[in-house]
Amino acid sequence: MQRIGVFVCHCGTNIAATVDVKAVAEALGHEPGVVISQDYQYMCSESGQELVKNAIREQKLTGVVICSCSPRMHENTFRKAAASAGLNPYLVEIANIREQCSWIHKEVANATDKAIILGKAAVAKVHLNTPLNSMESPVVKRALVIGGGIAGIQTALDIAEAGFDVDIVEKQPTIGGKMAQIDKTFPTLDCAACILTPKMVEASQNERITIHSFSEVEDVKGFVGNFTVKIRKKARFVDETKCTGCGLCTEKCPMKKVPNEFNLGLDNRSAIYIPFAQAVPKVATIDPNYCMMMKTGKCGVCSKVCSVGAIDYKQQDTIIEQQYGAIVVATGFNPINLDKYDEFAYNQCPDVVTSLELERLMNAAGPNGGTLLRPSDKSHPHTIVFVQCVGSRCDDEKGKPYCSKICCMYTAKHAMLIREKYPDTEVYVFYIDVRTPGKNFDEFYRRAVEQYNVHYIKGMVGKVTPKSDGKIDVQASDLLANEQLHIDADMVVLAAAIEPDKTARPLATMLTTQMDTNDFFTEAHPKLRPVESATAGIFLSGACQGPKDIPETVAQGSAAAAKAIGLLCKNSITCNPCVAHSDELMCNGCSSCEKVCPYGAITYIDKEFRMPDRTTKVRRVASVNPAVCQGCGACTVACPSGAMDLNGFSNSQIMAEVDAICK
Amino acid sequence: MNKNLKEQVIRSSGVNVLKCMRCGKCSATCPSYDEMEYHPHQFVYMVEKGDIETLMKSDSIYKCLTCFACVDRCPRGVEPARVVEAVRLAAIRQQGGNHLKPTDIPGMLDEDLPQQAIVTAFRKYAK
Amino acid sequence: MQVNENFEPVIVAFCCNWCSYAGADLSGTNRLNYPSNVKIIRVPCSCRVNPMFILRAFQKGADGVIICGCHPGDCHYTSGNYFTRRRITLLYSMLDFLGIERNRTRLEWVSAAEGAKFAATMEQFTADVKALGPNRRLEDLRCRKQ
Repeated sequence: MQRIGVFVCHCGTNIAATVDVKAVAEALGHEPGVVISQDYQYMCSESGQELVKNAIREQKLTGVVICSCSPRMHENTFRKAAASAGLNPYLVEIANIREQCSWIHKEVANATDKAIILGKAAVAKVHLNTPLNSMESPVVKRALVIGGGIAGIQTALDIAEAGFDVDIVEKQPTIGGKMAQIDKTFPTLDCAACILTPKMVEASQNERITIHSFSEVEDVKGFVGNFTVKIRKKARFVDETKCTGCGLCTEKCPMKKVPNEFNLGLDNRSAIYIPFAQAVPKVATIDPNYCMMMKTGKCGVCSKVCSVGAIDYKQQDTIIEQQYGAIVVATGFNPINLDKYDEFAYNQCPDVVTSLELERLMNAAGPNGGTLLRPSDKSHPHTIVFVQCVGSRCDDEKGKPYCSKICCMYTAKHAMLIREKYPDTEVYVFYIDVRTPGKNFDEFYRRAVEQYNVHYIKGMVGKVTPKSDGKIDVQASDLLANEQLHIDADMVVLAAAIEPDKTARPLATMLTTQMDTNDFFTEAHPKLRPVESATAGIFLSGACQGPKDIPETVAQGSAAAAKAIGLLCKNSITCNPCVAHSDELMCNGCSSCEKVCPYGAITYIDKEFRMPDRTTKVRRVASVNPAVCQGCGACTVACPSGAMDLNGFSNSQIMAEVDAICK
Repeated sequence: MNKNLKEQVIRSSGVNVLKCMRCGKCSATCPSYDEMEYHPHQFVYMVEKGDIETLMKSDSIYKCLTCFACVDRCPRGVEPARVVEAVRLAAIRQQGGNHLKPTDIPGMLDEDLPQQAIVTAFRKYAK
Repeated sequence: MQVNENFEPVIVAFCCNWCSYAGADLSGTNRLNYPSNVKIIRVPCSCRVNPMFILRAFQKGADGVIICGCHPGDCHYTSGNYFTRRRITLLYSMLDFLGIERNRTRLEWVSAAEGAKFAATMEQFTADVKALGPNRRLEDLRCRKQ
């Protein structure tokens, strides 16, 4: 038999002025199971809580109803009070008679009637409350960072600094990401390699950091604090532990006509290669699509010249399985493909390049050794046209609807660097808007205009036509002068929109994290939780969450690390006990619940059941992982057999409330 | 500003001129740019302002080749050619009454009527 | 059917914990009046509302049921309110089949900042249900108030 205590709060006059609290206490005292019904001036005060605690002890209460303010205000206060008196905190229910009764109604009779009904509903519910215990789930003290660009490196360094082991998984043969390809950084114009490569070395030398380069995440299972991840280490046909990175093999390799992806195909590399001089790990990789030994079985030069015997043509992919407590996604971005933009002649003319290609063309370690030359005839360009917003802010299927954020600044940087190095070059920038919010950003752009005399023209380029004399005709609008321009350019540079890496989408599915329509990862709250995903234990770092420049990426990388460290510091995590659970005897294994679960908390297990005739039968039933479930209840409604129910908001509890209100 | 005319043009063109972010790519790509008094981006802007009578009086509405280059290139899907066509239609309707049947058009053909307008009218009414 | 001037409908409101319940609290904090006919049941998410609860309410004598959730895209659980929207749309066709007026059931998006909208919505909904008169169609006579 239930023994329920009802406590009605006056809240000074906040409730008592419009609700006859004595009448409420009196009426609720007659409800079935109620053994004590009291009113008090301030229930949330120390003495009010003492009143509740004493009643729990003296009356041996099995349930408590507090008629007071909103549960959003004091539910926790009273739950704690109950717990300290030895009652399970989830046997406390709040009837909201302040915000949803006394404060909105003016007539005492009306408000009192409503308060009684709300109290009755709470009593009806508490009859069906069950004691709930918060589960504890252990935390594996190791983090995984997916992506080894500047975001991933920063996150890994910060986590390692805090004393936790970190693994970086990078799909390229080296870490470094996009920043390694960039020549100079805005707005300080310092060399990207000079600030990035020390960090790469730091990451490789930190004993708490393990770098899995040329590897990809294959499978993720588990939940916050306890993820099991399968990592595929792709065969690089070179023993990483033996290779010293001397580079002799890359010099001697006879196959030298492989497009160099690090220089975006602007020059060639050998079939066995090290992406760039400061690569980490500095280990050679054989490209099996071009290696003559792998294709025809005739060659083997690299294995002959290698003094340590690191070459292994028969190497296979290996799978590593590892447990992690937290996962940080740092998959980064890529410029979009410009094939569909015929009007810019990107595919027709080698002198029409993207901004990232220009970075390589201007880089001292790039194809031209740092001298800016036209890719077509290696001549010095005298007129360069920059086109901004190529594919950004585009509503159609060719482009991206968002602003790529970094293009205005890097275009100003390129224009300035070119004018600085080659003052005889005319530089035109066609813009729709120049967006330079950020510290010292607008000053930087103004310097390009005022000091370096870069011609900024408001208007878009409509047509780029390569001419027979090697020049490029650029037809554009000058909207402020209201005229159509034709510029005879030597080079055209397109500020291509950026998009999330293509590997992000399958990864999001594995991690059961949400993405927006542009494939950027969705943060748990756009303002207040910007580096966490909605899935517990998964954090977001860098441009995989949205377009970002380097300072912002580093800031977000560190923020994600801080959040991951906060999780890894705990030995175990307490889970919200108000989660879904499935009645295995009623479950028919239909998968309806699994499909609606936004967190992937529901899995199916084959379980043996004893049948009435003493035989056993294996049935497929749903099983909810309480550490992952957030308790939304979507599955409870989807379940056709009524097996799925939600702790704290069960079907019978809500039905009881409905009945109490309607009676 | 003529509110009715603006509404009529926007309705008949089916274009949301507010989507324009003034990049000028339509005019940058326009092959009849030099022939036109008002250019595609100005059409969009002037329709937004409701300054449609000026456009109707201008020869520009007959200079548009309806090549749809601007429609193809516009990054926002504004479709300036449809705006030009709608203004052209507004001008023609005002001159010849508002209701035409496609079958009546051949009978009304005028030597001086620009070919462009005939094609446009056919396209508009043949749906 | 004659309209009884003194008819006071019973209205059940399901409010999601994160947006609409907070919105209801805000209308209280701002002292915005709405009819006392409305009684609120707190649920974690609007998608917790089983259509069975709504039918149960009508059976037990409720005259109107309103479900409030976060605005589309704002759901605390990311996608819960989309499920609600679909389920309620389906429920409408069932209610049509049962002959229960559509206006007795409503789905409304109320954010935690929309105290005024909550009060106005409840005011309007109560007036609408009053105009419809008592729910007789699905009411179980054994459940009728004495």
